[in-house]
Amino acid sequence: MSMFSIFGVSGSAVSAQSQRLNVVASNLANADAVAGSDGKIYKGRQVVFETVLMDSQASAGVKVSSISENQEPGKRVHNPSHPMADAEGFITQSNVNPVEEMVNMISASRSYQNNVEVMNTAKTLLLKTLQLGQ
Amino acid sequence: MFAQMTDSLDFHSKALVVRAERQRVIASNIANADTPGYIARDVNFRETMAAATGSSGLPTTARMSSGTSNSRHIPLASSTGELGGSSSLAYAPQTQPSMDGNSVDLDRERSNFVDNAVRYESTLRFINGHAKTILSAIQGQ
Repeated sequence: MSMFSIFGVSGSAVSAQSQRLNVVASNLANADAVAGSDGKIYKGRQVVFETVLMDSQASAGVKVSSISENQEPGKRVHNPSHPMADAEGFITQSNVNPVEEMVNMISASRSYQNNVEVMNTAKTLLLKTLQLGQ
Repeated sequence: MFAQMTDSLDFHSKALVVRAERQRVIASNIANADTPGYIARDVNFRETMAAATGSSGLPTTARMSSGTSNSRHIPLASSTGELGGSSSLAYAPQTQPSMDGNSVDLDRERSNFVDNAVRYESTLRFINGHAKTILSAIQGQ
């Protein structure tokens, strides 16, 4: 029956959105991390979504195809008293923008809720279909 | 005589299959609301029902719903799963173009989902009511 594949589709969406939330949480946790002496900062990560055809054109799930890193240079802040300051007194912070990450989180949680609601509605309809004729 | 009794049931069961198919398409749209380059699809309910029942309107008891246009054609067996006809999906009209090529309008998809769910349930009630009517007529109450 075609409605059963809704669980596969929405399940894949819920799992992809939770990976996106995971990446947002990682970014926010490392937003204030400072580069060490090797100059390597924490680069903000983004998930890249890709459509996955489940069985036909009508059933298109979603998966995370890759996680890309933001290649922008980090913020250089002048702070000579910081223990990791370089010779000129600058420290380099990560290139994560916390405001962007919060917006990303709101969008991901809204998508997550939508897909959970789709699964609930499909389950209710299928249960009612099972009670046909009773 | 039995064809007259089950004609309406047949129509409603086909409507149920098309509604379930549409539910699946809308769920796929909602799942891919963030995927770049994804184009939103939809099911044209009227056309799909017309193709499934072989008529352009509601069934009448005198018409055979075998889906053929000429009496010498071999009728397709009525399927229980996918509809026997072509499964070409229409495209949902795009309201707000976005930079990443995604054409899903989440609010419209959500309202379509609720609308389709209510119509699915109402089709279930029609089938139930009709089956109970036939049963009570058979039992003579």
